[in-house]
Amino acid sequence: MHIEVSGLNKKFGNFQAVQDVNFTIEKGQLIGLLGPSGGGKTSILRMLAGLESVDEGNIVFHGKRVNDLPPQERGIGFVFQNYALFKHMTVEDNIAFGLEVKKWTKAKIKARVAELIELTGLSGFEKRYPHQLSGGQRQRVAFARALAPEPQLLLLDEPFAAIDAKIRHELRSWLRDMIDRLGITSIFVTHDQDEAIEVADQIMIINKGRLEQKGTPWEIYKNPQTPFVAGFIGESTIVEDVSSLRGFENASDWPGTKALIRPEYVEIGKASEFELLSATELGRVRHLHFRGSEWLVEVEVGKSRLVTYRSLEKEVLHPGDNIQVLIHRAYLFNDNDSWVMENKLKEDPMPVHI
Amino acid sequence: MRRLWIGLTVVVFGLLLIVPVVRIAMGAMNEGWSGFANGLSRPETLHALYMTGLIVVIVTLINTMFGVMLSLYLVRASWLGLKLKQLMNSIVDLPFAVSPVIGGLMIVLLLGPETAIGALFNKAGVDILYALPGMIIATLFVTFPLVVREVMPVLQEIGSSQEEAASTLGASAWTTFWRVTWPSIRWSVVYGVVLTVARALGEFGAVLVVSGNILFKTQTATTLVYQDVENFNLTAANSIALVLAAGSVTLLLLMEWAKSRKEVH
Amino acid sequence: MSSMLQGRWWSWGFRSAVMLYFLILIVFPIIGIYGQSLSSGWDAFANNITEPLAWKAVLLTIKLAVIATIVNVLVGTMSAWVLIRYRFPGRRLLNSIVDLPFALPTAVAGLMILLLLGPRSVVGEWADKLGFTILFHQPAIIIAMVFVTFPFVIRAVQPLLEEMDSSEEEAAYTLGATKAATFWKVILPSMMPGILSGAMLAFSRALAEFGAVVLVAGNIPGKTLIASVYIFGEIESDNTTGATAVSVLLLTFSFLILWTVNYVQIRRKNG
Repeated sequence: MHIEVSGLNKKFGNFQAVQDVNFTIEKGQLIGLLGPSGGGKTSILRMLAGLESVDEGNIVFHGKRVNDLPPQERGIGFVFQNYALFKHMTVEDNIAFGLEVKKWTKAKIKARVAELIELTGLSGFEKRYPHQLSGGQRQRVAFARALAPEPQLLLLDEPFAAIDAKIRHELRSWLRDMIDRLGITSIFVTHDQDEAIEVADQIMIINKGRLEQKGTPWEIYKNPQTPFVAGFIGESTIVEDVSSLRGFENASDWPGTKALIRPEYVEIGKASEFELLSATELGRVRHLHFRGSEWLVEVEVGKSRLVTYRSLEKEVLHPGDNIQVLIHRAYLFNDNDSWVMENKLKEDPMPVHI
Repeated sequence: MRRLWIGLTVVVFGLLLIVPVVRIAMGAMNEGWSGFANGLSRPETLHALYMTGLIVVIVTLINTMFGVMLSLYLVRASWLGLKLKQLMNSIVDLPFAVSPVIGGLMIVLLLGPETAIGALFNKAGVDILYALPGMIIATLFVTFPLVVREVMPVLQEIGSSQEEAASTLGASAWTTFWRVTWPSIRWSVVYGVVLTVARALGEFGAVLVVSGNILFKTQTATTLVYQDVENFNLTAANSIALVLAAGSVTLLLLMEWAKSRKEVH
Repeated sequence: MSSMLQGRWWSWGFRSAVMLYFLILIVFPIIGIYGQSLSSGWDAFANNITEPLAWKAVLLTIKLAVIATIVNVLVGTMSAWVLIRYRFPGRRLLNSIVDLPFALPTAVAGLMILLLLGPRSVVGEWADKLGFTILFHQPAIIIAMVFVTFPFVIRAVQPLLEEMDSSEEEAAYTLGATKAATFWKVILPSMMPGILSGAMLAFSRALAEFGAVVLVAGNIPGKTLIASVYIFGEIESDNTTGATAVSVLLLTFSFLILWTVNYVQIRRKNG
């Protein structure tokens, strides 16, 4: 289903939950709504479903304005955060509910339920009640129930929030496969960036009721358009006085500008490890944290502190070691603007666009 | 220490709850089985029991229906403002705080023959005061909060997400209620109904005021007990009281049963 | 489309029916009685409530209800404690008959007390020998009030005791507190909200009680005539203004109590 949302606004009392949100979604895409808790993601999702009324703006499905349509008539499937399974119905009855309501014939219902049970790997659990299932199984039932009436759009509210970390990983890829196979337009809400990056075709970053940025995970990571997005995605440290760093002296042209530097923008090593020694400056190792597959190193450069990774294959560092630091680039921002600045002293700029 | 407390509790319960019921049974039987049977088979007893039964059935039906709907609105409805909901919520309890006699007086004041509404009905040939309608209204008033108070907390506890799930699956409000909400609240409704029946069966003060306690017309089981006691006809009073007490004990068992079902859902 | 319109009609019908029912059954009568009490002017109202028999009846009711409530707080707290903390044969039976006073018609309760305490009964004879009478005197009214309000405190305290974390108590012991100190400093404070709201409910019910009391009180004006019986007498003798005035007094008092209970409960939930 092709979705177009324009000028969306929603207030709860005096609280502006959603503020002037616009976006379009192409058919068949899997969209992740990402942002901090209480930022308005769920309100947007519930307005798309018709569970919450729209104060201002339009929601258009397939060229038809659906603002005033009740949820029953929107042709959507909704997976609730705590699944909201009908607790007095068996797995089978839960999945069949939407079909019975739509007055499908008994034979067709039976076939469709069997198909979904098969698809979601719930064979053998048909007669169980929700309280007899594990979290992952409940999630699958919720998914099957939402899909049963063949909706045009699938909405998922924090679908993995209530599941153990270990199974969550498995379920994510399962869901991704499932949605790819069915080709159904889907939108899911999450506050976990790994989840959004791993699962979604496109991410919409929502903060304080506003849509900060929409794009593929790579675009958002590479080219964040607001300081919020830059800080929210990936790991980073904020440097107050960026012009003190080697290669970024020009930054003093814009007073009041701060820099956001990701660990992967920073390279450290002995002088012999660098080809362009002139672009590096001296730093000092403060702390080392073993991360299982790499070292996380905190270095002090002048007054600034930076964080970076170091491969386990390289020589082991110790706190207090002096070390060369190369900062490839920084994300600069002030109250009005934000942009990416490359290290001026690098003759041979790192190829950014691979 | 432990034994002392248990013993004391058992004694209190025995004296306060068990001995009186046994005493009623003895009182009913003190002229033998025939005295009990005579007390019960008097035409006025039969008529009074019939009136009580009639009131119980009508009141329970009406208050269950309206009670469940009002609970739904007070918990779920978005068309009622939050402030209004809170106000209504605290008003629902008022009949608990109103003495039954005052409840009866309110109906006399509003619907008595001298009032505008009373006169209107009188012209239409319908008596409210000192007749069945007044007694039903009085009982409706005192039993109103019982179903609401049982159902509302359960509705709050189960939350609205199952109902929302049903609506996204295409179910109408009606279907959602019967297939999703009702199975979750039914045992609480049953519990509320049992309480309503118990209260309607035993209502005395409000009914006494509005009925006038007219023999063969508006006399109920409880007002007949009162009249028999006033007339020193203790055996007859005991017989009816025993029947009512037996009803109460049955209701008590039902309450226990509904409570245990409520806990499992 | 037509089905949607129909659905809307239905829901409008339901909504208006429920709101109307609520207004007519609950709101109008209460507004009515307050309006009526002042309809013949403030002076008439003041006259009616300063009538000595009227305010004596109200004061007597409050006094006896306070005593009944105190009895219930003591007995009820003990019973709740025993029923939750101890296991003994018959516990379940006792727990289920707690609600008996709610299920039993109040007139039947009155009759039971009448039979048990009457002059020809065992208790009545004892009391007679000791030189005082119970029936048709204030003790009988208190007993009737205690009986009909018996379940309130127990039912309010039980859930609190049930959900109380035993680790709090154990913590007190490990810190060296004696059993008595633990009870007064740890257990009682956590039962307190239940005791209070149970007591308030019992008190307002005792104020309102009619059926059980009317049969055992003797209803001697100024001595054993309580407010609800006084109101009943005024209605019977066609003095509705007098009845209304005392009713308004009693009602206002009960409403204040009820709202205090609600307030306490809400604060407990939020705090």
